[in-house]
Formats: sequence, structure tokens, C-alpha cells
Amino acid sequence: MKTSTSLRSLLIAVPVMTLMACSSGPSETELAAERNRVAAEQAAAQQAAQQATQEQVRMEAAQRLQQAQEMAQQERDSLVSMQTIYFDFDRSTIKSDFYSVLDQHATFLVKNSSQTVVIEGHTDSRGTPEYNIALGERRAQAVETYLLNAGVSAAQISVVSFGEEKPAVAGTSEYAFAQSRRAVVVYK
Amino acid sequence: MKKFLASSIFFFACLAMSVSSSAYAQLNIVITEGVDNATPIAVVPFGWEGEGMLPGAISDVINHDLRRSGRFNPMTMSKMPQFPRDISAVNYQQWVDKGINTIVVGKVKELGNDRYQIDFQLIDTLAGSQLADAPQVLQNGQLVAGQSQLIAGRTLTVTGQDFRQFAHRISDIVYEKLTGQKGAFLTRIAYVVVRDTKTVARPYQLVIADYDGENELALLSSKEPLMSPSWSPDGNKLAYVSFESGKPQIFIQDIYTMSRIKLTDFPGINGAPNFSPDGKQIAMVLSKDGNPDIYIMEIATRKLTRITRHRAIDTEPSWAPNGKELIFSSERGGKPQIYRVNLSNKRIKRLTFEGDMNLGGTITPDGSELVIVNRTNGNYHIARQNLADGAMQVLTTTFLDESPSIAPNGSMIIYSTLHEGTQVLSLVSLDGRFKARLPGVAGQIKAPSWSPFLR
Repeated sequence: MKTSTSLRSLLIAVPVMTLMACSSGPSETELAAERNRVAAEQAAAQQAAQQATQEQVRMEAAQRLQQAQEMAQQERDSLVSMQTIYFDFDRSTIKSDFYSVLDQHATFLVKNSSQTVVIEGHTDSRGTPEYNIALGERRAQAVETYLLNAGVSAAQISVVSFGEEKPAVAGTSEYAFAQSRRAVVVYK
Repeated sequence: MKKFLASSIFFFACLAMSVSSSAYAQLNIVITEGVDNATPIAVVPFGWEGEGMLPGAISDVINHDLRRSGRFNPMTMSKMPQFPRDISAVNYQQWVDKGINTIVVGKVKELGNDRYQIDFQLIDTLAGSQLADAPQVLQNGQLVAGQSQLIAGRTLTVTGQDFRQFAHRISDIVYEKLTGQKGAFLTRIAYVVVRDTKTVARPYQLVIADYDGENELALLSSKEPLMSPSWSPDGNKLAYVSFESGKPQIFIQDIYTMSRIKLTDFPGINGAPNFSPDGKQIAMVLSKDGNPDIYIMEIATRKLTRITRHRAIDTEPSWAPNGKELIFSSERGGKPQIYRVNLSNKRIKRLTFEGDMNLGGTITPDGSELVIVNRTNGNYHIARQNLADGAMQVLTTTFLDESPSIAPNGSMIIYSTLHEGTQVLSLVSLDGRFKARLPGVAGQIKAPSWSPFLR
């Protein structure tokens, strides 16, 4: 007789199972098969659940990273808008008005130790160009010192002086002069 | 007929002048003081024996040179009583009657093949008008009338493109014969032009030109600042500071081949380069060792020698003509003043004591005077100080003056100042009597540097 194997197994299994239900139970092979099947299902389900969790974790991590980056960018943006420190004529001392601004820069830089800045020093156009290069460097270094004292790593900071070569506002009014006497914290 | 010829020569001369001066930062001149002190002179338009137009202006260039030197007041053509081309045609009395004791006459003859013969004569009309009493001299065994009225004369053959140069040469000769001082008309200036930084891609330019602004040539155009050009003593190279890499570096550029080398790239300031009188070394400012100090670098070997060692700002080194001393600005005494250091024993002496501060010093070519930027009562003026007795004289009435540079004959100072909100170049004579402004057309013009003699 040419019955298919499955049919034959069914022919055996069904009555066996009926018999099982009725009396002595399934055979070892059948139980093993059943256990394997269930185990496999469970394993599959576990794997799926694990994958789902992992996916969830990944997504959450990505979200957090993005949020952190956005926050950092926002902080940077707000710092960029406060990146200029102004000085009095012929002076390179940092006025107390700018302490809180520099503190915020310092906090950000300490928190983001891979962030680098260039501090530019500038002067107004009075005096000679090369002397103003030296004065501009002094101003930039004053800002650098402040940040170093606030815990920023030296590796994050570099300094360049442009002297009177890049005035903020053209002209010779007191306003133009005052706007040009500055150090600028430039985020790189 | 003569008048027509004369006016057509003038017309052609003017045409030649205007065609050649179309530079974007034309250095026109506005004389603000000193015409009264200048010696009257007349440069008669040169005669022209040739076809078509004169290949270049001669008498106009000589006029311009002599007027710009501050020493002469050339007569305008319309006032001239005659237009001689040679001493034989000069009517001395007519000139003396007009208050002109010296005239320059000449002629240009076309030889063909772009070659021209130029003759000129510098004539003492006062001596000539006293011809009746003129001494006689023995010449070839004969007594002849002394040619005391001929001060100088030359004949030269030049090509068309040398016209302007030769005109400057004539100006040099006239100037030297009449003042006893060497003329500086065959010299150049270097300067920085800053165009509108908002609209021009490369707004910073390093430019060289003839001392009168002609034949302008941009050596470099950059997005970032350029500063402090300094001429080599042979006139072939310029050292300067460039921020093109985002930080200051010192370069040396050959103005003929345009090739350049980066001389320094130290951390911090690389500034104020200054060639030594023998051209082998450059004095400079470096802050790599903590704060701005003066150093000297030997160009060939790049060997560096530190000259000042002080925690105050030391800057603006400038060589004494003997090459044995440097002057520099320092605030070691509180406010910036000029100091001098002896390069063999390193001893430092303070030189300036007047006013609030003194900066930007250079020594005149004869070694006798110091030219500085002096600040008194908040005004920055160009001043000179005698090195022997310390007597100081303020020279300018402009304010916010900076970057003085002295002509190689010591007669004139070119500097940068603010005029109606724009930075322009200005001139003042060493005695302060002659003052002029050089309004540029495009942009701010600063950091002038006068070349050595270029002959």
C-alpha cells in the first residue's frame, strides 16, 4: 500500500493520541518531539522578544543621543550668541560683567571635552598695527586663562590675535572703537 | 605755429598720462601745505621730432616729481613765456621776469625701431640773464663765454617703455643738482589695500607701485589680513605677514618671479618682519616663548637669535643703518616707548620720553633722526626726534597716524592716516613743511613701506 508517511504517522498517531488520552499517554519520541516543538517556539518567541527589546533600546539610545546633540547644539548656539567679550581702551583685563558668560562657556567646554575653541583677540584702530597685534593677543590670553582656571583643558583652546585688522564696526566713533575692542570665542 | 605745436605736445602728454594711470587705487595727490616754501621752477614741455604720439610723458612726470618732493613749485604751461627745446633758444630775461630762475628744457627724437633719443638741459636763467657779466673761460686755447648757465645736460637713447623711468631719472638729476640731496624718484612703495570685506572675496591685497602710484601690481590677494611689508635692501623681495592659514606667518616673496617662501610659522605671533641693511637677516616679533619679544633670524640658515627677554610687550623692531643696533617699541617702562639695543653687547637704552607713548620707530638713512608715532593728549602724530640731543618735533596735523616709512634719501615720510573715515596714505617732509594726502579710489590703504634706491 502506498500511503504517504505522514498519513501513516497520522494513522498511528491519532489512535495513539486517542489511546493516550484514554489510557497510557504518548510515547517518549512523541513527547520529545512535542517538547522540541514547544521549545523551538519558545526560543523563537524569546528571540523575537529579545530582538524587540534590543530594538527598543537602540531606538531609545538613538533618541537620547539626538536629544543630547540637539541640546548641545542649542547650548552652543546660545553660547555663540554670547561669544564676544569687550574690553576697555588699552586694557586686557576681563570685566566682571563678562564672568557669567565665560562661566557658561567653561561649563560647556568641560562637559564636552572634545569641543575646541579658538579665541580671537582684537583692538580698535588707535595705535600702531603691530603693537595692536600684541595687545590683541593679551586680550585673547586673558580669556584663555579664565577658561583654564575654570577647568577647561588647554588642549581645547588656541589663541590668535588680529590686532586692528578686523574691526567690528568701521569708523572712528567711540562706539566703533568700543565694538572693536574684543575677544571672540569661536567654536570649531 | 609754435603755440600750436606746444599745445599739441601738451595734449599728447596729458593723454599718455591719463591712459597709463587707470589703476584702481590711484594714488592722486592733494597737497595740503607747503607750496609757499617751494622753489619756483619751470619744466618746458619737451619738443617732439617723430610720427604720431609721444610714447610716454616726460615733462609731466618731471613736473609731478618735483612738485611731490615738496621742494619745488613748477610753473603751469599757460604762464610760460616761451617754449625752447635747447639752451640756444632760451631768452633768459623773460624767465627771470616771471620769477623763474631755473628751467628744464629738452627734446625727444624718434630714431626708429622703438628707439628714441632724449636730450635735456637744466638751465640757470638767472645766471644766463647776467650774461653780459658772465666770466670767460679758456677752452681749447680760446676764451669763450662760460656756460655757467648750463647746470646739467644729458643725451640718452631709450626704448618706448623706458620713458617714464627716464623722466624720473631726469627728476633725480634736477633734484640733486639743485638741492644737493640725492633724488628718490626711481623708488617704489609697497602697501596693503583692504577692499569691502562684505562684498569682495579676497579683500586684502599686497600691492607695489612706483613711488607716485603708477604701475601698480598686486602681489597677493587674500581672504585674511596681510600686514607689515618690508623691502629687502636690493629691492627684489618683500617680507610680510599673512593670516591666510588663519594664523600669522611671515613670508618672503620675490617681486619679479613672484615665488615665495614661508619663513616662519611659530605658535603665537609671527610679526613685524624687517630686513637687515645687508639683507641677510630679518628682525621679527615672536610670542612663542610666552610673550611678544624681538628675535633675529638668519635667512639662509633659519638660525634664530633671541634679542629681548622681558615679560612686557616688545615689538616693531627696526634696524639702525649701521646694522649694529635695533630700535624697538616696548612697554617695559609702563607705556610703550622706543628703546635701542646694541646687538653685540645686548645693552638696552630708552630713547623716547615725550608725550604719553611712542611707537613705530624708524631711523633716518643718515642715522641722525628717529621718526616715530607719538601720542600726546590722545592724538597719534608722526614726529621726529634728534638722536643726538633728543629734541622732538611733531610733524603732522592729521591724527590717528601710523606706519611711517622714510624715503631712502631721508627727505620724505609716507604714512597711513584716517581721512573722513577712510584710511589713506599721506606724505610729510622731514622738516614738516610739506604735507600732502594720497587719496585712494578703492578701499582702505595702509601699511606703506618705501623701497630702497632702485638704480
